[in-house]
Amino acid sequence: MPFGNTHNNFKLNYKVEEEFPDLSKHNNHMAKVLSKEVYGKLRDKQTPSGYTLDDVIQTGVDNPGHPFIMTVGCVAGDEESYEVFKDLLDPVISDRHGGYKPTDKHKTDLNHENLKGGDDLDPNYVLSSRVRTGRSIKGFTLPPHNSRGERRIIERLSIEALNSLDGEFKGKYYPLKTMTDAEQEQLIADHFLFDKPVSPLLTCAGMARDWPDGRGIWHNENKTFLVWVNEEDHLRVISMQKGGNMREVFRRFCVGLQKIEEIFKKHDHGFMWNEHLGYILTCPSNLGTGLRGGVHVKLPKLSTHPKFEEILTRLRLQKRGTGGVDTASVGGVFDISNADRLGSSEVEQVQLVVDGVKLMVEMEKKLEKGESIDSMIPAQK
Amino acid sequence: MSFPNTTKAPRADFPDLRKHNNCMASALTPGIYARLRDKTTPNNWTLDQCIQTGVDNPGHPFIKTVGMVAGDEETYEVFAELFDPVIKDRHNGYDPRTMKHPTDLDITSGFFDERYVLSSRVRTGRSIRGLSLPPACTRSERREVERVVVTALAGLKGDLTGRYYSLGDMSEREQQQLIDEHFLFDKPVSPLLTAAGMARDWPDARGIWHNNEKNFLIWINEEDHTRVISMEKGGNMKRVFERFCRGLKQVERLIQERGWEFMWNERLGYILTCPSNLGTGLRAGVHIRLPLLSKDARFKKILDNLRLQKRGTGGVDTAATGDTFDISNLDRLGKSEVELVQLVIDGVNYLIECEKRLERGQDIKIPSPVPQFRK
Repeated sequence: MPFGNTHNNFKLNYKVEEEFPDLSKHNNHMAKVLSKEVYGKLRDKQTPSGYTLDDVIQTGVDNPGHPFIMTVGCVAGDEESYEVFKDLLDPVISDRHGGYKPTDKHKTDLNHENLKGGDDLDPNYVLSSRVRTGRSIKGFTLPPHNSRGERRIIERLSIEALNSLDGEFKGKYYPLKTMTDAEQEQLIADHFLFDKPVSPLLTCAGMARDWPDGRGIWHNENKTFLVWVNEEDHLRVISMQKGGNMREVFRRFCVGLQKIEEIFKKHDHGFMWNEHLGYILTCPSNLGTGLRGGVHVKLPKLSTHPKFEEILTRLRLQKRGTGGVDTASVGGVFDISNADRLGSSEVEQVQLVVDGVKLMVEMEKKLEKGESIDSMIPAQK
Repeated sequence: MSFPNTTKAPRADFPDLRKHNNCMASALTPGIYARLRDKTTPNNWTLDQCIQTGVDNPGHPFIKTVGMVAGDEETYEVFAELFDPVIKDRHNGYDPRTMKHPTDLDITSGFFDERYVLSSRVRTGRSIRGLSLPPACTRSERREVERVVVTALAGLKGDLTGRYYSLGDMSEREQQQLIDEHFLFDKPVSPLLTAAGMARDWPDARGIWHNNEKNFLIWINEEDHTRVISMEKGGNMKRVFERFCRGLKQVERLIQERGWEFMWNERLGYILTCPSNLGTGLRAGVHIRLPLLSKDARFKKILDNLRLQKRGTGGVDTAATGDTFDISNLDRLGKSEVELVQLVIDGVNYLIECEKRLERGQDIKIPSPVPQFRK
């Protein structure tokens, strides 16, 4: 957040011990990694736009833990954060992304035809399917740090790009500022809109500043392809529909994303990407593909099975409540999605979801019949 | 902090305040913004940082908020072009450029009818000169404030002898107990505070000190470096204020012995984070039952003319429950502590008179407005 920690040079008058945050009650990735040595090494640095170490970690200092997930506890303020603060962020990335090394390379594969199957998930169980990712626009700082002026330019560029889409992607932009309360409630209930920023994970990182200035949602006429502008990332791109046809969701996702990227590139504002970290986003947890592909699926029996967590882990999947990351499940319906983001491609991650959910639905059916699922428990993927 | 790779033109960064209703939004023009945007205080505190809370919080259901905060003592000078009109707006025409604020901490009389007045309380804030204010302070500065104040408080004696409870070490039960007794400050959920960065690093270096009798309390590192509170059940405002003044003077002496002092100047009185608390920083009030008067259509006007303010019994962000209200002085700047407490005493007595008259089926009168500053 740009304002709490701006007088960085002034702070250097105080010793490391005096400034070091109290992380004794904390349980997030940043707290596990940040030592006085690392703090001492990085505290006098800043990125070209002035983002500092204390800016990076403030959200993790202010939020010791989360009831459902292990949070990252740090954010990037710009593309250069991942370089300037690599002594903190590389170990955080490694911890969060299954041992990913600073020398590893990430592969990008947005060719939807490489996905096998995915069009036959049982709609009696799989209520909806969704794929989302984020994109950052090169040349601008990220939501924790950006100014009102930058945010407005990002919005303008996004609107221009999106308004030029046609066919199945033809749609309209709804700025948050002028949306009516009724429209807004409807979009939230449809799982289309992002929350008003009440999560302290976001607010403590400064991402809710100036709300709702420069924020909005664009969607196509069918409401199957949506873009969020200026929430936790510059852009969040979402493809979704009711039922279990993940294949179709992923096709539309890839095609739409690539169309958008072409338009931005033509205007000399490509997306932030590099060979090592893939797509650069605000939260280190979203590096790589930034992709979360998932379903809302009814698993009342399987979810109470003692091996449920184990199965999810082996399938490299993650569960959430149907309200999103900060919620619990309701009525046996879970949001199941890929746990990985970095080190595997988009196609590989969606494949895991498709195969894994298919298996879990079969397990659910077995349990309904009173049969055992022990022989179906998968090996670690 | 600047955002160098964007918007050279201040115009592009000017906040959208069209839906806003706070003092900052009323005073800030593109011209003022352009002239002040690239200035900083010696600690590098900027205009955008001052106003962020007002941009993020367009309005408040019960009160017109100020919408900006100071990061340090120099803020009030460097950004005077914006702060002065806001101060004037908030403090009923007090002009910091031409007027002086009186300080006076020696009391007079004040007992209330305890069939109506449930409790009496006086609070103020004090900032330690040389350390940044809560929106801006670093962790070490905040810890230093805690150290300076706690060390000084350990020197209080007699009926003021007490103990410090660090928020980080307090048990959940102790904490809830203190909240229920109206002693402790809230966990920071109000967006007015969080958007100004005052909740950073919570609960590091925050705590409460109180004397053994629990009628003299100090909050450390909430919205100000210190908040000093004297309170007790019942209607003996005289005793509450006497203890307030005595305790405050002793604390000041104790920090001065160690080479520290409070932020104060002739123009603005005591310097606090929020411009609404400049001057005396004093809020003197009671929890009072006014079942009949509160339903009378003239209640608001009576309060206005007496220069009193009503709040719910949970504090500034709450509504009244039942017939019990928190009634306190509206003004902070331009009148001394004694004048303000006297105003509360006279005003609350008037309200009680009205309630009694209504009980007897008699009519009540709206009083003439209390005069503004001494000229």
